Amino acid sequence: MIVSKQKPIDEILAALAGDGKIFLIGCAKCATVCKAGGEEEVWQMQEVLTSAGKEVTGSVVIDEACHMLRSGRDLRAKKEMVEEADALLVLACGAGIQSISAGTPKKTVAGLDTLFLGNIRRFGQFEQKCSLCGECILTETGCICPVTVCPKGLLNGPCGGMDSGHCETDPEKECVWFQIYERLQAQGTVEKLKKTVPQKDFSKMLKPGKLGIGK
Amino acid sequence: MTSTLQSKLASGRFVLTAEVCPPKGSDCADFLEKSRKLSGLVDAINVTDNQGATMRISPLAAAALLVREGIEPIFQITCRDRNRLALQSDLLGAAALGIENVLALTGDHISFGDHCAGKPVFDLDSVQLLQAIKGLGAGQDLAGKSVTGAPAFFVGAAAAPEAEPFPLTFYKLEKKVAAGAQFFQTQAIFDPERLRLFSEAVRPLKVKVIAGILLLKSAGMARFVTNNIPGLKVPAPLIEELEAAADPLAAGVAIAGRLAAACKPYCDGLHFMAMGREDLIPEILKAVGGRWSAVGS
Ligand code: SF4
Ligand code: SF4
Repeated sequence: MIVSKQKPIDEILAALAGDGKIFLIGCAKCATVCKAGGEEEVWQMQEVLTSAGKEVTGSVVIDEACHMLRSGRDLRAKKEMVEEADALLVLACGAGIQSISAGTPKKTVAGLDTLFLGNIRRFGQFEQKCSLCGECILTETGCICPVTVCPKGLLNGPCGGMDSGHCETDPEKECVWFQIYERLQAQGTVEKLKKTVPQKDFSKMLKPGKLGIGK
Repeated sequence: MTSTLQSKLASGRFVLTAEVCPPKGSDCADFLEKSRKLSGLVDAINVTDNQGATMRISPLAAAALLVREGIEPIFQITCRDRNRLALQSDLLGAAALGIENVLALTGDHISFGDHCAGKPVFDLDSVQLLQAIKGLGAGQDLAGKSVTGAPAFFVGAAAAPEAEPFPLTFYKLEKKVAAGAQFFQTQAIFDPERLRLFSEAVRPLKVKVIAGILLLKSAGMARFVTNNIPGLKVPAPLIEELEAAADPLAAGVAIAGRLAAACKPYCDGLHFMAMGREDLIPEILKAVGGRWSAVGS
């Protein structure tokens, strides 16, 4: 899922300066799980805006704000409230916000910062394990991703800063290459570490990505 | 073209190198003064690359200034700040400027330095950088296109003999040699026995080993490097020794001399990291004996 968190409220209010009437939009998927843009946060935001002297014309929590057709349809269902507003405040990830803004000429304000593709450790705790590099090497690395989990994205083993299996950037964390080494050892395939991994093909992750299944 | 450092090592001579940090600014007078003083003493001078991720003048420029002075540099180049185009481009530039020795490094993470908000690059890792250098030497860039005037660098890589677990780092050292590393300059050694084991382990790889000696200037500095410099851990007894000393700097010189002398049998050269007190290297060398015992006296 996409991990996001709410921007500081002062920043949101500053972006809405001069807009008296606001229509609020949340997302029922990732932003809800992150407690950044679900029913509850939309409701809380409504209170904050009201106490800041704004009028909230209405709100909607879209099932998947990133779904362009669905977000367009859901906004049309609330047409009057949207029309009446001076600005739309969207509590969804960057993808969600852009599906919405693409469907309306209205001023749209981003209420969240979008962080990463996250695994859920437990409720409210997210960790980045994959950075969508377009050419997955997990099979070679005991299914631990050095591209993402190593702060330097090194592909051929640990850097000189590794200390007793810990990462130079954070002694609390294990070096990803130490994790890979232990995993491969346990699987009896530590020989894999002998293979030199050539320069990565970053063209596989050139922006913006596009994929049409079956086309 | 063979670098002097390379031919000395090839002929079995014990070499000395020292690193000098290029200035944070364009005024290189001090840097050159320090380097000139060192040049009579060491065989080559390492020019560090935004060491500790702190922005300084380009090591390429600083190394070229040394060449102009007739001093042999080891151009350190890290993957942190340059993508594959910039790395190869700087390497070609280095060759054109008469730089003959390169030390290929990953680089400390950007979060350690003075530009923490910057975007770290790490387009290549150190092994892939070595492959790039090898490729250029064979007249080909990483895209497979030919380059003119293929640079014949004497190529080094870093090694951390005291890093644990050693078998894990050893895989990478093997890859570095396969990718073209001809010598290792090691991280600071505090346990000569570990260097002995390391040298034995890498002997089949047939690379030269230049052992790192760090001058500890005080207990405070020893603690600082332990906490802030990746890969450097000063053992507690040494910190205590510095703590107890009436003259910590003199104690640091004595420790460095002791370590240097103890490391000498297990390596092909010594690499001094004097952290600004390069003037004390002759003093440290006295402990090593041989042709340097008279140095500076
Ligand atoms: S290698 Fe890592 S970043 Fe790339 S797709 Fe696989 S898990 Fe994701
Ligand atoms: S210590 Fe390991 S995980 Fe941390 S930056 Fe170095 S190689 Fe990557």
